[in-house]
Amino acid sequence: MNEDIFQGYKGRALELLKKFNARVWAQVKVDSTRGEFEGTILPRAENTDDRHIVIKFFTGYNIGLDIDTITNMIEVGYKKAIYKIPEKEFPYSADKPNVKLLGTGGTIASRLDYRTGAVIPAFSPGELYGAVPELADICNLTTEKLFAVFSENMGPEQYKKLAIAIGQEIEKGTQGIVIGHGTDTMHYTSSALTFMVQNSPIPIVLVGSQRSSDRPSSDAALNLMHAATAAAHGDIAEVMICMFGPTSDEYGFLHRGTRVRKMHSSYRSTFRTIGDMPLATVTRKGVFPIQKEYNKRRNDKNVKVMPFFEERITMIYYYTNMNPDIIDMLVEHGYKGIIIIGTGLGHVNKPLYPAIERAVKKGVAIYMTVQTLWGYVHMFVYDTGRDLMAKGVIPAENMLPETAYIKLGWALGQTTDLEKVKEIMLTPINSEITAREPYNGYLIYQGGVPEVEAFIRSFRK
Amino acid sequence: MCWKKLILRPLKIYQYPMKERFDPERNYAETRKAIGYLPRNQATQADYDRIGFMSGLEVHQQLKTKEKLFCRCPAGLFQKADEYDAELIRHMRPTLSELGEYDGTALMEFKTRKEIIYRIKNETACTYDVDDTPPFALNREALNISLEIALMSRLKIVGEVHITRKQYLDGSIPTGFQRTAIIGVEGEIWLRKKRVRLIQLSVEEDSCREVSDIGHVRIYRTDRLGMPLIETVTYPDFVNPDEVREGADYIRFINRSSGKVRTGIGSTRADVNVSCRGGTRVEIKGVSHTSWMPELVHNESFRQWALLHIKELLKERVQDPKGWRINFREISLSGYKFLSPLIPHDVPDFKVYIVNIPKFQGILSHFTQPGKMFADELTDRLKVIACIEKPNMLHSEMFEDLAGETTWDKIRKGFKSDEKDAQLIIWGPSADIPTALEVIEERCKIAFEKVPNETRKSFENGTTIFERVLPGADRMYPDTDSAPIPIEEATIQKVAGNLPPLISGRMKQLIEWEVPQDTFTYILKHNLVPLMERITNDLGISPRYVSTLLGHSLKHIQGQVHRGNDFSFDLIYDLLKFVVSWELDLGIARKMLLQLYEYPKMDFESILVTLDFKVIPKEEIEGEIPFLVSKYKQIYTSSNEGAGKRWVMGNLHTSALGNVSLKELSEKVIF
Repeated sequence: MNEDIFQGYKGRALELLKKFNARVWAQVKVDSTRGEFEGTILPRAENTDDRHIVIKFFTGYNIGLDIDTITNMIEVGYKKAIYKIPEKEFPYSADKPNVKLLGTGGTIASRLDYRTGAVIPAFSPGELYGAVPELADICNLTTEKLFAVFSENMGPEQYKKLAIAIGQEIEKGTQGIVIGHGTDTMHYTSSALTFMVQNSPIPIVLVGSQRSSDRPSSDAALNLMHAATAAAHGDIAEVMICMFGPTSDEYGFLHRGTRVRKMHSSYRSTFRTIGDMPLATVTRKGVFPIQKEYNKRRNDKNVKVMPFFEERITMIYYYTNMNPDIIDMLVEHGYKGIIIIGTGLGHVNKPLYPAIERAVKKGVAIYMTVQTLWGYVHMFVYDTGRDLMAKGVIPAENMLPETAYIKLGWALGQTTDLEKVKEIMLTPINSEITAREPYNGYLIYQGGVPEVEAFIRSFRK
Repeated sequence: MCWKKLILRPLKIYQYPMKERFDPERNYAETRKAIGYLPRNQATQADYDRIGFMSGLEVHQQLKTKEKLFCRCPAGLFQKADEYDAELIRHMRPTLSELGEYDGTALMEFKTRKEIIYRIKNETACTYDVDDTPPFALNREALNISLEIALMSRLKIVGEVHITRKQYLDGSIPTGFQRTAIIGVEGEIWLRKKRVRLIQLSVEEDSCREVSDIGHVRIYRTDRLGMPLIETVTYPDFVNPDEVREGADYIRFINRSSGKVRTGIGSTRADVNVSCRGGTRVEIKGVSHTSWMPELVHNESFRQWALLHIKELLKERVQDPKGWRINFREISLSGYKFLSPLIPHDVPDFKVYIVNIPKFQGILSHFTQPGKMFADELTDRLKVIACIEKPNMLHSEMFEDLAGETTWDKIRKGFKSDEKDAQLIIWGPSADIPTALEVIEERCKIAFEKVPNETRKSFENGTTIFERVLPGADRMYPDTDSAPIPIEEATIQKVAGNLPPLISGRMKQLIEWEVPQDTFTYILKHNLVPLMERITNDLGISPRYVSTLLGHSLKHIQGQVHRGNDFSFDLIYDLLKFVVSWELDLGIARKMLLQLYEYPKMDFESILVTLDFKVIPKEEIEGEIPFLVSKYKQIYTSSNEGAGKRWVMGNLHTSALGNVSLKELSEKVIF
């Protein structure tokens, strides 16, 4: 393939570069109405305008030049940057557990992508070892890139492939699995894997980062070390998410795949277990369980892989004055399952009732979860709830909306018998429904209260 | 330095030529002489030319904006060191630059394994400051001020501002990088005798203020973090220390003439780059007083000259620098009792090592800076890189030898040292010892080759210590969190149309006004020309008078009394307006200013009361003269007319001040 010598430039800016015969990575002297500039032409990010050319000034800074001011350009040299994370062979030692890192496209180690202006991941064991040499003290690591998609592009196809790949690894005797994943939809994937890979003898740990690894303060390296520790040495053989506990570089949490949610758009400590305590904390020294009961690591290979998923399902977030035609449209388009995220204890307004009735009659499975995230659906408390149940809406207890969505897809992927679906939905596989909510499963303190402030001051959040 | 010893020494050599011990003090003095070091007040341009002095500046100036640069936190609110609402911990890891390189400093900082703690106060820092929220759009107010100052500095304005990340792994910024963006490149300023070229001007976020840095824990507070500042960078065009100061002052004047920058402690800080011929660019960080610069750059240029001399000495002694190694061995404290008071006893797992440094006799005590020797380069690095608090070593060429010759002899014997070797005793927590040994060997090996690239911390006495390895262009990375900002021609035209007069114009104005030269710096530093213009135009007071009221009287007052919180230069306009409207003599303004400076809220009439001022007609005061003259003649017999005049004026001073010009009055005193 011919390499694009005008990477990212388009329209008028591209014309100008062609006119003066100046390529990307060329060192140029530019005459402009604002004076003379010298530097190296850099690629331009895709979604930017066609009125500027970017050069790297000799001090290392980048600047943009307005093409309307440019009167002449002369190429005086050429120096292409080769961006490469130093690769070193990942050392093997017989006394360390073998861990497999499956890649989906997260930003554990990454480099700049000029096309999008964003970062793209680097992945080989050598690259990872070059970036995080501490990994070699934890385990023997091999990697496999299953696909490279951004977190928001993960879906049923990827869940199934992952489940199968994990099954194969367990078959091979791998002692722990780490899955690199973008954080936005990580809790969807962790739910899906909990249902699709059951009775795993080894830890399956999803990990990502909230700050890309091209930043010195990135959480990527520490998260990866924590995940590798949990996968290699931890005793908890479940599907878990491993991300920062506090925002400080102190320890990570291991969250149960079905009870966890991303709760802040940018904080490092964004993942929280909802309605329960996390499974454990993890540091480079090891895994320290918080929950007393969990599935323990075993030596067998008796894993059950169930890669099923019905894609015609959806989730609707109820809002005041929602119109019934929304539900009618879904039914019309052949949707087979709907998770309603209702208000309060699990409610929607009356005008929706007829539409819900019509949907149930057509065989659509409808389950109710709550917008409050914490707490159970309680549809007996008010008339509205009782009415809804009478019309066939099934309360999904304290299942998180995203988990319910994934589980419904998984259940409908196995059977069209709605009674069986109901049985699958309401029989917890791993804590997606819990029998009880401990009082400390809901702790959201508010700032400004003196005792809270005193706690925060001493706690290093 | 003990000169007496030096003079006596040759005799001793004559008496005991074979058994003479190495004398570090003598070596220090001799090496200082060998490199031709001389104090700054004796150095001439010829001396600086001899060592190839070269220097450039990076002047930082905080901008007076309401909010920080990339978030909406208030700028300019400060917290005390122990005043905070929360703490959080980060560790920094080196990452690759845009061009795929690791930066040297980054790797060093990683070696230090520091735990960084940030102390956050809710009022002054948000989730952006601690890197838990991406940046908001760049503060437009800051961008416009930067653009204005860039135009005043005759820089070429970029077409599109690109926000770049500049890595700082010392933790001074929680992200591990500073967001910075170039506004203009390639400008110039004109000093009295020459043109100095500017490389660039950038707008960037300020860093945290350090609270402490002990062992492996460094604490910062986040109040100053994220405040907008500009950095003006010059080419290394300065050829002597005085020019450096002149340049720094000039850039400061330009910044202040905008009237949109912060003043006060820490608001203006410069990094000074220095090298000598064959040396390396060394950056002296955060010099906040321009008056300190000349001494600092003078000493740094000679420090480099000294290091080059060391390189020559080592070249003669060591044929194979590549194969050169230090030797070391752990020892138990029992045979080294004298170490006991130097070593912390509360640290478990503490180790002591002895080190032999082949062929380094005379190098350790080689002069580097006034009062400092090469061994200081080692101890400074042990503190910074290996995180071992000082004192962290003893060496065989200390002026005050705590170990004693028998100890060193024992150590030498153990190592089978050559007589040209030097020795160290170092100590620290066992986890830090490998780094410590590595640091020593690394620094010694650099001595064979060059002056190391580093940033240095300055002291008021003009000396510097190692701070960290100097980062290069490799630490730059495009900020993927923010979009480029185009700067339209129309924006430039608009800002250019409203520029304050250039500093060169302001200077010309002062010369035209015949203002005394020694008030220039004060007036330009505080951007007082506009105030002087208002006073002259509105009140008809001569600029020359105003300049001395400001540049002499007020400057003097500032050194004497504490500044009242609400004092501002604009109050001087009101003061003089009051004096003029009350038809007082201007002579009283100085006295009133003293009060006003300390108690700016006091009204002017009350100030007059505190000064015991009473309105007395001119005639009445003059009427006292004949009586006082005759009185003087009665009391004193001195024939000195001046003395008599002074005595009479002294008696009239209080009643005359404000009522009549003292000069005029004095002319009327005739004996």
